[in-house]
Amino acid sequence: MIYYDRVSKIYADNSIALDGVSFSVEPGEFISIVGHSGAGKTTLVKMLLAEEKPSTGSVFFESINIHEVPLNRINHLRRKIGAVFQDFRLLPQKTAYENVAFAMEAAGRSEEEIRSDVPHVLELVDLGDKLNNFPGELSGGEQQRVAIARAIVNQPDVIVADEPTGNLDPVNTFEVIQILKKINDLGTTVILTTHNKGVIDALKKRVITMDRGKIIRDDREGMYIL
Amino acid sequence: MSWVTTKRIFRAGFLDFWRNGFVSLASILVMTVTLFVVGTTLFAGVILGSTLSELRDKADVNVYFTTDAPEDQILTLQKTLQAMPEVTSVTYVSADDSLAAFRTRHQNDQLTLQALDELGDNPLGAVLTIKAKDIAQYDSIANFLKQQQALSTDGSASIIDKVNYFDEQHREALARLQSITDSGQRLGLIMIAVLILTTLAISFNTLRLAIYTSREEIHVMRLVGAGLFYIRAPFMVEGMLYGLVSGLITLLMFYPLTYWLGNATENFFGGTNVFQYYLAHFPMFFLIIVGTGVVLGSIASYLAVKRYLKI
Ligand SMILES: Nc1ncnc2c1ncn2[C@@H]1O[C@H](COP(=O)(O)OP(=O)(O)OP(=O)(O)O)[C@@H](O)[C@H]1O
Ligand SMILES: [Mg+2]
Repeated sequence: MIYYDRVSKIYADNSIALDGVSFSVEPGEFISIVGHSGAGKTTLVKMLLAEEKPSTGSVFFESINIHEVPLNRINHLRRKIGAVFQDFRLLPQKTAYENVAFAMEAAGRSEEEIRSDVPHVLELVDLGDKLNNFPGELSGGEQQRVAIARAIVNQPDVIVADEPTGNLDPVNTFEVIQILKKINDLGTTVILTTHNKGVIDALKKRVITMDRGKIIRDDREGMYIL
Repeated sequence: MSWVTTKRIFRAGFLDFWRNGFVSLASILVMTVTLFVVGTTLFAGVILGSTLSELRDKADVNVYFTTDAPEDQILTLQKTLQAMPEVTSVTYVSADDSLAAFRTRHQNDQLTLQALDELGDNPLGAVLTIKAKDIAQYDSIANFLKQQQALSTDGSASIIDKVNYFDEQHREALARLQSITDSGQRLGLIMIAVLILTTLAISFNTLRLAIYTSREEIHVMRLVGAGLFYIRAPFMVEGMLYGLVSGLITLLMFYPLTYWLGNATENFFGGTNVFQYYLAHFPMFFLIIVGTGVVLGSIASYLAVKRYLKI
């Protein structure tokens, strides 16, 4: 479903973020990517959304080379991928409700769907009472949960979650991981990056370990080993 | 484009306009200045045009007739001249009227009046004053008169005493008048163009800055799967709103301003009362000012968003 083919990324300042990374993800997999800070996890995820272009190599999504899709069509591909960003990236001028609704509007969903689904997913991430708060009025953890709600609301084929539990307390962390697991059980592919050893060890799913832009381990039912 | 999408685009545009209160206010202020300059330029054009045409109107050529020229021949010549396409008007002043005008002009000059009385006979002949459509056309009219003069000399004596166009001084004055009005027009056009271009550039830049503050949002919208048009359109709606509001403010500002200027300028610029002109041509002003604002706002937004959509 997803295939990284010898992907390297050298940023403009000559820092090597990715160095010949190859791996593939099957439909329905739940895969965790771990590694020290600066190992290249976020860069890896950005490639999938075509937010960054590889310096060499290619990334395929359902056998489409992502970086050959023209600008006016790439949004169709992005709608199949729900993304949770390490820095949330909510729209600051829109309320929690509107942030989630925006993703549905952009995908051309009907008003009825939006009115029923948005409160539902926000309820799911335990934000039923903060629908009308702007991101600036929410805590870091709450913003992160809005971001998760936005990523799952269109029922995408893949969810990429970059540090989705970085700002959450243990209870919320557990709940978010439960939500991701549930979505995965329903058939959605999940790609998760995290520093949380407890989460990885409890998941008992595939783990890719990165170090300085390279994949150093790729284990089925892996553990957090660094 | 579906009805739902249209509705969403307009709602998003209005919401952004409202929630970005400060940015909207700043953009509207700058745009109001732009439209004000555009409007002022329109007025300046009107005033300049009427002043120039009045100046041009001062140009004429006089045909002086001999004192014994029969009136019916003069009137025939007047008809012939009036039929020429270059001529706008020919006014006839009879010998008696000339004398009366001369007397009033010199009413404080006893010496001259005395000399005139001593002459007994009216020394002044009749005069035809010719106004042409264009200053350059006096040449051909004068040539026509010269021919007339030549034609009649071989039979009887010519009734035309002299045509002042053939005075070196008069011709020079005409040429100077033409060059003044021509360069006035050219200078006016250049100043108008420079002013309008400058303010347009400032307006464009302001909207670019306004959208610069939204670049992160545009980026995020792209990443969550929004299409190019769906992101761009609300910004264009917002830009149109800036233009609409600025245009209405400008039109409103011109009301007291032209009223105040109206009486002052009427005497000065001969005839054109800007307030009356504004009221009479309000639909045109509305269309030009609001239209410029709306078009400027949407195009500037379109171009400004473009550079952040490359993701
Ligand atoms: N836009 C950029 N320009 C230049 N260098 C960058 C850029 N983004 C990332 N890098 C560099 O690329 C390397 C990998 O960064 P990346 O964000 O992928 O790491 P990470 O594994 O996600 O780290 P963390 O766990 O802290 O989030 C780092 O050395 C970083 O400094
Ligand atoms: Mg990262």
